[in-house]
Amino acid sequence: MTTVVRTPVPGPTGRAAALLADSTTLTRRALAHWRRDPGPLVASLGFNVLFVLMFVYLFGGALQVPGGGSYPDFLMPGMFAMTMLFGVGLTAAAVAADRERGVTDRFRSMPVSPLAPLVGRAVADLLFATVTLGVMLVTALAVGWRATGGTGRVLAALGLVLLLRFALVWVGSWLGLTLTGQTALTGVQTLEFPLGFLSSAFVAPATMPGWLGTVADWNPLSATVGATRQLLGNPGWGGESWAAQHQLLLAVLWPVALTLVFLPLAVHRYRAQER
Amino acid sequence: MTTVGSAVRVAGVRKRYGDREVLAGVDLDVTAGTVCALLGPNGAGKTTLVRILATLLRLDGGRAEVAGFDVATQAARVRYRIGVVGQYPAVDEVLSGRQNLEMFGRLCRLTGPQARRRATDLLDTFGLADTGSRPVRAYSGGMRRRLDLAVAMILTPAVLFLDEPTVGLDPRGRNEVWQAVRDLVGAGTTVLLTTQYLDEADQLADQVCVLDAGRVLARGTPEQLKSRLGGDRIDLVVRDAVDLPAAADRLRRIGADAPTVDPDERRISVRITDRGALTEVVRGLDADGVTVADLVLRRPTLDEVFLHLTGHRSEPQEVAA
Repeated sequence: MTTVVRTPVPGPTGRAAALLADSTTLTRRALAHWRRDPGPLVASLGFNVLFVLMFVYLFGGALQVPGGGSYPDFLMPGMFAMTMLFGVGLTAAAVAADRERGVTDRFRSMPVSPLAPLVGRAVADLLFATVTLGVMLVTALAVGWRATGGTGRVLAALGLVLLLRFALVWVGSWLGLTLTGQTALTGVQTLEFPLGFLSSAFVAPATMPGWLGTVADWNPLSATVGATRQLLGNPGWGGESWAAQHQLLLAVLWPVALTLVFLPLAVHRYRAQER
Repeated sequence: MTTVGSAVRVAGVRKRYGDREVLAGVDLDVTAGTVCALLGPNGAGKTTLVRILATLLRLDGGRAEVAGFDVATQAARVRYRIGVVGQYPAVDEVLSGRQNLEMFGRLCRLTGPQARRRATDLLDTFGLADTGSRPVRAYSGGMRRRLDLAVAMILTPAVLFLDEPTVGLDPRGRNEVWQAVRDLVGAGTTVLLTTQYLDEADQLADQVCVLDAGRVLARGTPEQLKSRLGGDRIDLVVRDAVDLPAAADRLRRIGADAPTVDPDERRISVRITDRGALTEVVRGLDADGVTVADLVLRRPTLDEVFLHLTGHRSEPQEVAA
């Protein structure tokens, strides 16, 4: 204990570098978690694949595709967006675990850049979302899904799907910093299903009771699903409402709006953790 | 307002949650290089005070300085000079001990090689060198606490906060932590610890500050607090329970106030103001024909001081680790 180790307080330019360095450290921490304990991630990927197989082979035969196309072509854009929605629970659980173990407080009492724990989480979760999307694409091709748009349009579609995940990272972080207890987290994971089904991902909003159809039309998930269907050249519902007519625009606006609301909320919760 | 040589300076600090006042104007001054124990029952405000000093909680009134910096306006500077060990180890359970130290080292602005070197040093110092590569969830309670302490020591802190550092540990784990704290103080770190264990304060602290319901009831060295009770105590154990009334009667005449009698242990305890009373007790009991199994002259325990100051026992509650 005779060695004294001290580091200097960084100035204003050093703070941006510190944010970058600390976020990198915390992203690498998440990667180290995955290497040491890959179980939850494998389970998450397996669940998503199973979800696709279930729809294609169990429900698919009984469902009518709009315009009479192939069922996997119709289904997969909805599945891509659904798997992003399932990520909310993963983000919230990871953030809540740190908070409940006191690790978040440790960060707050250390010279850690105040945004780094949130940014590090976001980067790690987006990396995993990319892996998830890759697995989903392989699964999609295996069940007979095909995109008719060009490469540029396919990449744009995948970009929109990841943009939705980016926005949902902040929702998940805010939930993880706000909710207490395992029950609340299980609640979040359970709510993902009705929130996902209350969209144009699987059912036409026009077939729902009036107000429910409107909610489904305006669901951020519907915008991403509709826009990716257009870009991938996959069959969709169409629809007369303003939201259904402007899905590409909404697929960008919704994630931006969610980020603008939930990023500051999450930062505020992080700074004001009072137990 | 900083007194030269003060590592922690607290003046009139207040904190309330809704209409519950948790800290009602606390003053505290900890000399650099010493150990100060905040002693008090659950709900006394100990943890709240530590969280304010560790920049984790905003204060509602008063001023607090740590290592010469104001916790409200210079929090970033304070964070470079403190180590915090909470009631439960705040380390990553999935990563190994070494990975934890390297990660927190990087977050303390150490370079990669510096962080690795520091991790090796600290694993050695805290007796974790052999288990450094195992995941923390395979660690024992005492090992976790030591890793937690090691993380708090990555940047040699000017002030180390320990919030009930031995809650839930067995005697061996407790001794390990105590020894680690003594080593740190030997190297010049100032320690502010909270505890509801009176023997812990007695073992470690140069200065004790008794907190109850958000107020400081008393402060001083453990010795000073004990002598505030005004003198020593005699503990007497009689061999036969039938002798208890006669012995109690004898001690009542010699002692400074009414003796406490524990019939199960056949033990009588009384406060005395003059050490010469011991001879008087022996002579008197001999005259009464009482057979003595044990007779001790001792200083009062902090437990007795606490009872005297607060009117209730410290009653540490069992907390799951």
